[in-house]
Amino acid sequence: MIVALIFVLVAVGSVVFHLLSPWWWTPIASNWTYIDATITMTFWITGGVFVAVVLFLAYCVFRFRAVPGGRATYEPENKRLEVWLTVATALGVAAMLAPGLFVWSRYISVPAHATEIEVVGQQWRWSYRLPGPDGRLGAVETRLIGPDNPLGLVPGDAAGQDDIIIEAEDLHLPIGRPVKVLLRSIDVLHDFYVPEFRAKMDMVPGSVTYFWFTPTRTGTFDVLCAELCGSGHSMMRSRVMVQTAADYQAWLEGQRSFAQLANRK
Amino acid sequence: MSELAHGADGPIPAAEVPEMELPHPHGWWTTYVFSQDAKVIGIQYSLTALAIGMVALVLSWLMRLQLGFPGTFSFIDPQAYYQFITMHGMIMVVYLLTALFLGGFGNYLIPLMLGARDMVFPFVNMLSYWIYLLAVLVLVASFFVPGGPTGAGWTLYPPQAILTGTPGRDWGIVLMLVSLCLFIAGFTMGGLNYVVTVLQARTRGMTLMRMPLTIWGILTATVMALLAFPALFVGAVMLLLDRVLGTSFFMPTLVEMGQQLRYGGGSPILFQHLFWFFGHPEVYIVALPAFGIVSDLISTHARRNIFGYRMMVWAIVVIGALSFVVWAHHMYVSGMHPWFGFFFATTTLIIAIPTAIKVYNWLLTLWHGNIHLNVPMLFALGFIVTFVNGGLTGLFLGNVVVDVPLSDTMFVVAHFHMVMGVAPVMVIFGGMYHWYPKVTGRMLDSAMGKVHFWVTFLGAYAIFFPMHYLGLLGVPRRYYEIGETSFVPASAHDLNAFISVVALVVGAAQMLFLFNLIWSLWHGKDAGPNPWRATTLEWQTPETPPGHGNWGRELPVVYRWAYDYAVPGVEQDFVPQNQPLPPRAQVAKGDATP
Amino acid sequence: MTGTLLFFGGLVAFALWWLSRQGLAAKPWLESGVPGDAPAGDTTISAAKIGLAIFMAVVSTLLVLLLSAYSMRMEMADWSPPPRPGLLWANTAVLVLASIALHHAVHAAKRGRRDAVASSLLVGGTAGLFFVLGQLLAWRELASAGYLPANNPADAFFYLITALHGLHLLGGLVALGRTGTTLRRAPLARLQLSLELCASYWHFLMAAWIVLFVALAFAPPLDWLVALCTAPLR
Repeated sequence: MIVALIFVLVAVGSVVFHLLSPWWWTPIASNWTYIDATITMTFWITGGVFVAVVLFLAYCVFRFRAVPGGRATYEPENKRLEVWLTVATALGVAAMLAPGLFVWSRYISVPAHATEIEVVGQQWRWSYRLPGPDGRLGAVETRLIGPDNPLGLVPGDAAGQDDIIIEAEDLHLPIGRPVKVLLRSIDVLHDFYVPEFRAKMDMVPGSVTYFWFTPTRTGTFDVLCAELCGSGHSMMRSRVMVQTAADYQAWLEGQRSFAQLANRK
Repeated sequence: MSELAHGADGPIPAAEVPEMELPHPHGWWTTYVFSQDAKVIGIQYSLTALAIGMVALVLSWLMRLQLGFPGTFSFIDPQAYYQFITMHGMIMVVYLLTALFLGGFGNYLIPLMLGARDMVFPFVNMLSYWIYLLAVLVLVASFFVPGGPTGAGWTLYPPQAILTGTPGRDWGIVLMLVSLCLFIAGFTMGGLNYVVTVLQARTRGMTLMRMPLTIWGILTATVMALLAFPALFVGAVMLLLDRVLGTSFFMPTLVEMGQQLRYGGGSPILFQHLFWFFGHPEVYIVALPAFGIVSDLISTHARRNIFGYRMMVWAIVVIGALSFVVWAHHMYVSGMHPWFGFFFATTTLIIAIPTAIKVYNWLLTLWHGNIHLNVPMLFALGFIVTFVNGGLTGLFLGNVVVDVPLSDTMFVVAHFHMVMGVAPVMVIFGGMYHWYPKVTGRMLDSAMGKVHFWVTFLGAYAIFFPMHYLGLLGVPRRYYEIGETSFVPASAHDLNAFISVVALVVGAAQMLFLFNLIWSLWHGKDAGPNPWRATTLEWQTPETPPGHGNWGRELPVVYRWAYDYAVPGVEQDFVPQNQPLPPRAQVAKGDATP
Repeated sequence: MTGTLLFFGGLVAFALWWLSRQGLAAKPWLESGVPGDAPAGDTTISAAKIGLAIFMAVVSTLLVLLLSAYSMRMEMADWSPPPRPGLLWANTAVLVLASIALHHAVHAAKRGRRDAVASSLLVGGTAGLFFVLGQLLAWRELASAGYLPANNPADAFFYLITALHGLHLLGGLVALGRTGTTLRRAPLARLQLSLELCASYWHFLMAAWIVLFVALAFAPPLDWLVALCTAPLR
């Protein structure tokens, strides 16, 4: 009796906690509302299943608890019931999978007009590189990294001369323009993670990974590292400022290109 | 199918099985230490796993202290914190859960439940335990070497695992990899035994479809482990060479803290593929024995046949096979080819179907049962709740695009602790309360057991259920401290402190369990041969605890499946597997149309 | 990973085929009594042979995974394999000889010819030993030419794969040695099983070596296989 009641309380308590929880995802600042919608739908389906299972368990514990002289019913299987349950489960799974795969196909198809920017991770800081007026990022090689070429740009590549290098400062992005973020690491795995953007991807030394999104809300957002990268992992921070086009332009004019940085030295 | 019913009219004499040439012990050392008796080896495995598990439990306390009360405990610096999480994870997954389910329960139960005298290769079996012990000792040694144990995370991802930014880079990682290789070698010896024993040493009448689900779970998990561990072995050896000889299997061109390293040309993703090719089956290597054991607990204590036995067997086999084609769902955001996402999301969600069937069948076994709410049953119920909870959150993480915001957050930590931490541990406890009377001849104290259950179950739920919401909020995992952020409210820190306090309480409750284990050895109620009135063979041994060779002079003969509870027309509410009468032909059956 | 998946597909297919013959569709609750007169366990094949077969499956998994890792790495642009020492051909021949000798030993034992068993074992063991020595010489040749494990992944793979194969071969030599020492005392009928086990293991080592040798020395392009398997994804 008490046991059944406790199980009911576990189910009800979980739902109440879910509804009253002050801990919920951060207000979204990118185009990935689809992802939030898929999570919400998954919550409804799985939450319903969880409550149903635990309540049924509690009912069984209450209704079929051992009593003196009690005896179970002998029933090795019930094909119809099993088939129905299997079909219902398959439908529920498909209902979650189909939208998930649909959103994933959007997630991996980058719009053709997206601006490419580069994020470089190293223990334990972030650097950024914007393509400059020519709209192209220059070639890089990890071998070339040194004190006066922190991101390893190939000096002979014309496309790289106007690239804007941002070290130890915030990244700025204009609102409403899709961005393809190219991710590069020069030492260990990192992961460029801004909770408000929802999107993220690991950075793997030796290769370039990517994801894309469109900022939809101005503001300043924390950048964290989401892949264990050594003892400074939790201290690896930066910020992204999403600005209106005018503000962004003003900021951009104050930045220096690779060529300018090279000449200064 | 009816042809099997012939000869069911009377007891059939035991088969003329020649007594196995058992390596009988000659004195104290070969009885209790270098024993070749699978039961003793099983107990040795269990005790060693529990002992190293206690270390991992203490480590979890330390890391919860840091997370709940950051900055309060000065001896926990980031290096120490990452060492704690790494060792906690690796010990719990490999050295506790895998070793306890397969080495502990497997060794003790396989010969007994199948009516065998012992494992088929007793000497190799003994060797398996001693190599496991050596692996544990090498692992423990890493706490005492300069630099301490590795802090690379239990996934040991290169390049980080062998670079200087990670604690334990000098000796810790080397000992960890050596220990893993030893564990795998030892396990392979044990695993060969388990499989061949199931295939070869079953007693007369024990067809595959009469085996208890415990054996099905352990058998399938062992086959999976034999095929999955080589991937970890290969990965570990290659990483070891990268670390020691300076090869570049996993190491691309790197600049570490401004220094160009000699490495070049390796692929870090390759390690992740190898690791998760082992790592995902590993989840089911832990889960399948738990599925099997919990089926038997539920059936026995609900006094009802397991519902849908055939479906249960098929589901175990299907899950085992499918679990080899889902590994890359741990790598959705690893930068692998994005097309893989479609394939692995689909396979991952398909595996939910056989798993759900198992859950339904456990529930339907309870339904119309005669449920005795004793301690093993309580733990089985606790398993269902936590497993269903953790399994359902798996549908979030397996669905590739939903995984993108949630990966590497506390949501993942909460998910896998619920589904492969708490749930299997519930089964381990349930199994220990269930089989302790057979191992020792005495019952574990049930009052202590109930306290232990409620604190563990409600506590663990209170730890891991709210933790999902920290993950939704965006708190990343493996963070020494959250630090200054704009998106984490102060209340989240309170929640963290709450979780830490509960974790300390739940940990303390395990001390009660250990006390119970020791106290009941002398003060437990006398159990008798079959205290739970169970049908399976291990409860029908002539002696309790069973002697070496298990069965006295004659092997048991099996006449029926393992779940004849409350058979209509039979007065007693259970019929042991080795009991020939009453003949089943006289029993009225609704669907008996062969 | 294509190779691995194919290999696993094979193993799974075998397991399912075997299970399908075990009456998994039976309704055990409808059956009581003892099926037939034979014990349920399939005792026509000895436990040791099944154990060895499973062990060989595990070792194959290990080697197949290594080869997959090797082929994944091979696809990258900067792949430069070391030269193949001509000695490897000789080693291969020696290993084939060992395998033939053990095969001969099994047959000799069946016909009860103790001398022939002894000489075949001796030839087989010596050939095995020479194979290991030959591999070590091949390593030395490569190393002295400057191809060291730390130089590049292709060289490292060569050393790793040959080393793991060599270690398993050393295990085989130990088993062979143990069989050889019991040869004088035990009756031939009791030796039969150990001889068969040794022979199977050495055939396996030889087959594994030939696959590894082909993969290491010739690096056959598997593009067509990859294309075939990934066709639905394109």
